[in-house]
Amino acid sequence: MLLIYCPYCEEERSELEFRNAGDAHIVRPTNIAEISDEEFEEFFFLRQNPKGLIFERWRHIHGCGRFFNAARDTVSDRFYTTYKAGEPKPDVAAILKGEQDKGAAR
Amino acid sequence: MADLATATRKSALTARGGFSEVVLTPAPAASRLSLRAGADALPGLSAALGVTLPTRAKTSASKGKRHALWLGPDEWLVIDEGEADLMAAAAKSGALHSAVDVSHRNVAVVVSGPGAEVAINSGCPQDLSLAIFPVGACSRTIFGKVEIVLLRIAEDTFRVECWRSFSPYVFGMLSEGAADAGH
Repeated sequence: MLLIYCPYCEEERSELEFRNAGDAHIVRPTNIAEISDEEFEEFFFLRQNPKGLIFERWRHIHGCGRFFNAARDTVSDRFYTTYKAGEPKPDVAAILKGEQDKGAAR
Repeated sequence: MADLATATRKSALTARGGFSEVVLTPAPAASRLSLRAGADALPGLSAALGVTLPTRAKTSASKGKRHALWLGPDEWLVIDEGEADLMAAAAKSGALHSAVDVSHRNVAVVVSGPGAEVAINSGCPQDLSLAIFPVGACSRTIFGKVEIVLLRIAEDTFRVECWRSFSPYVFGMLSEGAADAGH
């Protein structure tokens, strides 16, 4: 079973307690009433669906109930890191470098 | 010739009887409060409720028949087994908070005995060993298909809170786990 670290509970919990909540770091335009339909579509519907590293929102729905952000690999399902909502997006290069170092150490 | 592995046949009602390792007891009525508040309201609310609201994850505080369970960073479940009026107590705090009386939304099952951990783990993925989930630890989690709030009240005793319409499922599932705990 996949274990996910909840930054609020400060503990690894089973995936059964969590729910995915889409891409992270998508900023709602402040002038939402003025933007064009195309811009709204871009903000609201269009996602990258990358292969590999992705930043996602997750919710510890059957636990503390909090939303948090996670860096996850869409191929291996591996969680690189999780961090509280509102915290800055971690550096992609640093995450991947850390993984490489871990791999080399093994 | 190698022995064949055979499952033991058991009656459909086996899990409704008594168990050697686990005792399942429906808890008596209690009053309950779903409480949400910011950090600045905590001293006032704690004083008004007579129990210090815990701020660390997975911890609870108890005083007499009253328990305050940490559910989230700004969320608590307050249980009073003496059926005291928690709403009135919280209202007297004078601090900004949101309280909902959920006394009749939840029911509780007390699971006790040496097989209590095993019975609960039959549907709950959390590590319930004493080192990780000590006495007084509490957590909202999942049990089979439903959400429960778990509180360890003694080394071999847990209080399982669930929504009332889910309670037949929870009791049945716990019974199945309890029947297996003896093996």
